[in-house]
Amino acid sequence: MAYVPAPITRPEDAAGGAGRRVLDRFASRAVMAPIVALIVFCLFWEALVWINDWPDYVMASPSDLPPAFARYWELFIVMGWQTLWRTVVGLVVAVIVGVGLGMVMGFSRTMRDALYPLLVGFNAIPKATVVPIVALLFVGAHDFNTILIAFMISFFPIAVSVSIGLSTLEPEYRDILRSLGASQTTIFWKIALPKTLPEFFGALKVAVTLAFIGTNLMEIVSPHGRGLGALFDSGKTNSDYPLMFAVLIALAVLGILLYYIVVALEKVFAGWAERSEH
Amino acid sequence: MGDALIEIRDVSHTFQTKGGPLKVLDHLDISVPEGGFCAVVGPSGCGKSTLTRLIAGLMIPDAGEVWLHGERVRGPRSTVGMAFQNPVLLEWRTILKNVLLPLEIVPSKLSRKEAEERARFLLSLVGLEGFEDKKPSELSGGMRQRASLCRALIHQPEVLILDEPFGALDAFTREDLWQTMHQVKEREPFTGVLITHDLRESIFLADQVVVMSGRPAHAQFVLEVGETGPRDLDHLYTAEAAEMLNVLRHQIEIAQGRAPAEPTAHGSADRGEDVPAPPPGPAAQGVA
Repeated sequence: MAYVPAPITRPEDAAGGAGRRVLDRFASRAVMAPIVALIVFCLFWEALVWINDWPDYVMASPSDLPPAFARYWELFIVMGWQTLWRTVVGLVVAVIVGVGLGMVMGFSRTMRDALYPLLVGFNAIPKATVVPIVALLFVGAHDFNTILIAFMISFFPIAVSVSIGLSTLEPEYRDILRSLGASQTTIFWKIALPKTLPEFFGALKVAVTLAFIGTNLMEIVSPHGRGLGALFDSGKTNSDYPLMFAVLIALAVLGILLYYIVVALEKVFAGWAERSEH
Repeated sequence: MGDALIEIRDVSHTFQTKGGPLKVLDHLDISVPEGGFCAVVGPSGCGKSTLTRLIAGLMIPDAGEVWLHGERVRGPRSTVGMAFQNPVLLEWRTILKNVLLPLEIVPSKLSRKEAEERARFLLSLVGLEGFEDKKPSELSGGMRQRASLCRALIHQPEVLILDEPFGALDAFTREDLWQTMHQVKEREPFTGVLITHDLRESIFLADQVVVMSGRPAHAQFVLEVGETGPRDLDHLYTAEAAEMLNVLRHQIEIAQGRAPAEPTAHGSADRGEDVPAPPPGPAAQGVA
């Protein structure tokens, strides 16, 4: 029996219509499942508040939220935008610095040994304690401070993942190009960088949510009245509990939005890492 | 030995490790004529992979010289193609783009279209027609190894270095690939060095088998297979083949230090000995 891999006709080609129908069902499930989950969650939340007969200031219920949004929708848009752009800028800086640090640590053993303890130590410091320090250090530079905290809290996973991705590159990958006389830069662009992308995007998903935490920490603490964090704070001072909950929901929505933007980017740039099922 | 394409002259090499210096190669001499196919066998850790890196110019030996086609190797050169046990295909590229990778490094006279035609030709030669646009993850281990072989050959290297390329494959796939190797070599001539642990593979593919001694390694024994070009798998089951395998196995035992060195082996390369005398003992007729 000779094993000569002959071209295989794929099942999708043979039954294109059936394949599409299956795909449609999956698509609708992908949309329906989270919606149903969301509705069930809200019902559960509403029931919990209702059964325990909790007043607003203990726990707002989902039915309190639409009025809160309706009353302050302009503030939500303005503050939400402030939170969003500062988070994104902080994240972009975290990506640049994180990738740079990761490259330095990935290529040089000495630098890895030198920087790792420092980075781990820095990451172990709760950023809530750094916020007042930064606020005092750069008094008045509110945008800058917010971006700084968002950056500081989110660059670590990126640096670690890039350094691990680069340092665990199998030597054969390097040798394939090096034996042909390729330069280190060529090897980096053609092999090391693309090979690290899946790890990078994994870290970026973590970093996105972390950056939101950083932005809000600063917004809540500093007295500049900007961003959703400040809106949350004003809800607190005015005992407007539904508003506080509405801010949390708005933050969650922004978080989901950014997260799925990263997922979409991952599909484009590192979609190859996803194994097709068969 | 003037017409040798690969010439390893009196090469010694020592690695600096945590446990102190580790000498892996000790006055190693190997020479492969143009178009020849040399298999290198030996105990684990005897420096076989170091040897491939020396030929590829990825390493420079402490002492001795490596010559390729009359030029001393002082660094990587584009006339070498490599394939490893791990096929190391780039998962984000299609099979065709993987095969074309070396041409992005090596200056080539081929136009893009010609290069692509050549890649398709090589892929069809190894039986991968129709898989050009697949991703490596969609291929089996044996098919990936075939693609890796095409990548090693795309820039028409003079020397093909194979570092246990079939080591991770199952026995049947391996035998298929052996035959593929012969077909490829017929159409795309090259001078080959094959590192392997499989004695049957060595005598089936190569026309010269070098047995390396234990560390620090030198060429302990050279077996001339006495056959070049394509051969049938049936040849592995002849009395002649059994005899060669016996000789090699005995030499490996010597290299591992499990059998005393024989007077005929001299502890050095015995060139020109066509079919060495079978080792003493009742095993000589066993397999046939």
